[in-house]
Amino acid sequence: MSQKPRTLFEKIWDSHLVKPPTADTPAVLYIDLHLIHEVTSPQAFTWLRERNLKVRRPERTVATMDHSIPTTPRGADGKFKIIDSQAAAQIKQLETNCADFGIELHALGSEGQGIVHVIGPELGLTQPGMTVVCGDSHTSTHGAFGGLAFGIGTSEVSHVLATQCLLQSKAKTFAITVNGSLRPGVTAKDIILAVIARIGIGGGTGYVLEYRGPAIEALSMEERMTVCNMSIEAGARAGLIAPDQKTFDYLAHRPRAPQGAAWDKAVAAWKELKTDEGATFDREEIFDASTLEPMITYGTNPGMGMAVTDSVPQPTNATLTKALQYMGLTAGKPLAGQPIDVVFIGSCTNSRISDLRAAASIMKGRKVASTVRAMIVPGSMRVKKEAEAEGLDKIFLAAGAEWREPGCSMCIAMNGDQLSPGQYAVSTSNRNFEGRQGAGGRTFLASPLTAAASAITGKVTDVRQLLG
Amino acid sequence: MEPIRTFSSPTIVLPIENIDTDQIIPARFLKVTSKAGLGKNLFSDWRYDAQGQPKPDFVLNKPEAAGVKVLVAGDNFGCGSSREHAPWALYDFGLRAVISTSIADIFRNNSLKNGLLPILVEPAVHARLLAQPGMQVTVSLEEQLLTLADGTKVKFSIDPFARYCLLNGIDELAFLLSQEAAIATFEAAR
Repeated sequence: MSQKPRTLFEKIWDSHLVKPPTADTPAVLYIDLHLIHEVTSPQAFTWLRERNLKVRRPERTVATMDHSIPTTPRGADGKFKIIDSQAAAQIKQLETNCADFGIELHALGSEGQGIVHVIGPELGLTQPGMTVVCGDSHTSTHGAFGGLAFGIGTSEVSHVLATQCLLQSKAKTFAITVNGSLRPGVTAKDIILAVIARIGIGGGTGYVLEYRGPAIEALSMEERMTVCNMSIEAGARAGLIAPDQKTFDYLAHRPRAPQGAAWDKAVAAWKELKTDEGATFDREEIFDASTLEPMITYGTNPGMGMAVTDSVPQPTNATLTKALQYMGLTAGKPLAGQPIDVVFIGSCTNSRISDLRAAASIMKGRKVASTVRAMIVPGSMRVKKEAEAEGLDKIFLAAGAEWREPGCSMCIAMNGDQLSPGQYAVSTSNRNFEGRQGAGGRTFLASPLTAAASAITGKVTDVRQLLG
Repeated sequence: MEPIRTFSSPTIVLPIENIDTDQIIPARFLKVTSKAGLGKNLFSDWRYDAQGQPKPDFVLNKPEAAGVKVLVAGDNFGCGSSREHAPWALYDFGLRAVISTSIADIFRNNSLKNGLLPILVEPAVHARLLAQPGMQVTVSLEEQLLTLADGTKVKFSIDPFARYCLLNGIDELAFLLSQEAAIATFEAAR
């Protein structure tokens, strides 16, 4: 019997339906992998204890610490110093919860610790066709492997812990097709900033995005993660990319990937994970990578983005007027040349080894401007170790940048890494909301290349001016 | 959770689009292990100055905000971070409904689990609500009706299961736990 052609999202949805929706109840969807961290999980464990519930499948939940932990160098005793007593209590609570409920924890200082969306793929936990959830909106990152991955709230964290399932309504599908190929100096980050600038920060609400087309296929796995990571900044809970040989090569021999005969069987199944010929999407937008420029945001949400060569647009509504006022920018003036105070290279969007290599390629043999504080925050302990083995840390330190311990750091500014009021930062993170990087701080989102170039010149800079 | 049926309240209005959850509750207030007391930090960076003093011009600091249950906000309310602390803070402040033309997916899901009704209205109704801060409105979850001060009745839609849970003051976890047999069957078949 021939089946109706399905999109990749529909295939994953169908294969995880414990119970289809009825007129009165949403679908019951099975969750393969649940990632947790210290900030959005404590209350969920409290509710489990109150109801005397166990974690149904503890082997399907993996924990780490990333949001509120320090990224300052360790003390002489090799230990991290947590000054904030609230953060310390939260970290302790996660340790207790994992010990009490039998959950694997990559604790502060351990070799597997890192930003939750960096370590999932790194360990090989994230695999094609899986449903992946975490109490964090950037869970969409894991969709780069061809799974359905989305952020959930703390109530839903308790649902997954107790039942390994979630109640869900089926999303609509939205194809983001990117043709052509990127020009030098233009990166995956610029693709996703351009996508959000066009469809708007609410444009993906209610949809799962599927990124496809030659320019997407040409991206490495780490670049695909950057793209999928920011799906939520267009309002889409999830974004995904069909797995291919690059996906399989990335996963092969990762500690938690299938091994031996199980690997061959898994790859055979993963090869089926693509949108069928003739399947229809509810919406599609088409982009041409060859016309894209390095992108930068000028406003207070990730949809307020433009080419770094453009001028700040004239405000057409009250929201944009308010944004430009907060940012202290003048409409009609170019953003390039705007002096900056801080450069932040890190976050679940851009803290992987290829991101650090890109930044180092610009900083090598150059000096960070004397007016700029540049922070390089690797995404995980493994990324940090790999970068140090390649000597990237030496390049950053020689340039006058800070080389930090892994964590979310100044992306969310919960751990003391933050902007001062009024400061301008070029950041490789994902959100430029008011106060996101510190109360009163002003953020320009950009790629690691653009951020590194801006660190060197002390101003918002088109990286192509520094390329050889 | 307390059941929700019908309530009346004047509105407070925040006529700003794309209010993200970082504005609703900034990240530095997420270092908590319970959900109690977040209302005092609701909209903290808009509500207090650098010295922590209330800004008199901000709507939540005005006398008319006391006891208000309904917030009317600009398009795409609750975008950004998945933090459930956002609906917790709104609820703790006393709010029981947020009205907008669109509401972000994760925020909407989180709100429905915490007794905060996300209500979507058409632009024309929204414009009237934005133009008249303090308008007395009535929300009936049973009838799925929003009644404006002049008696205009506006039907709103809500996920039927979430409505059932809210009307009866039960949570979704109890339902999921009752699905144990189906979950076990699904796992065994894989």
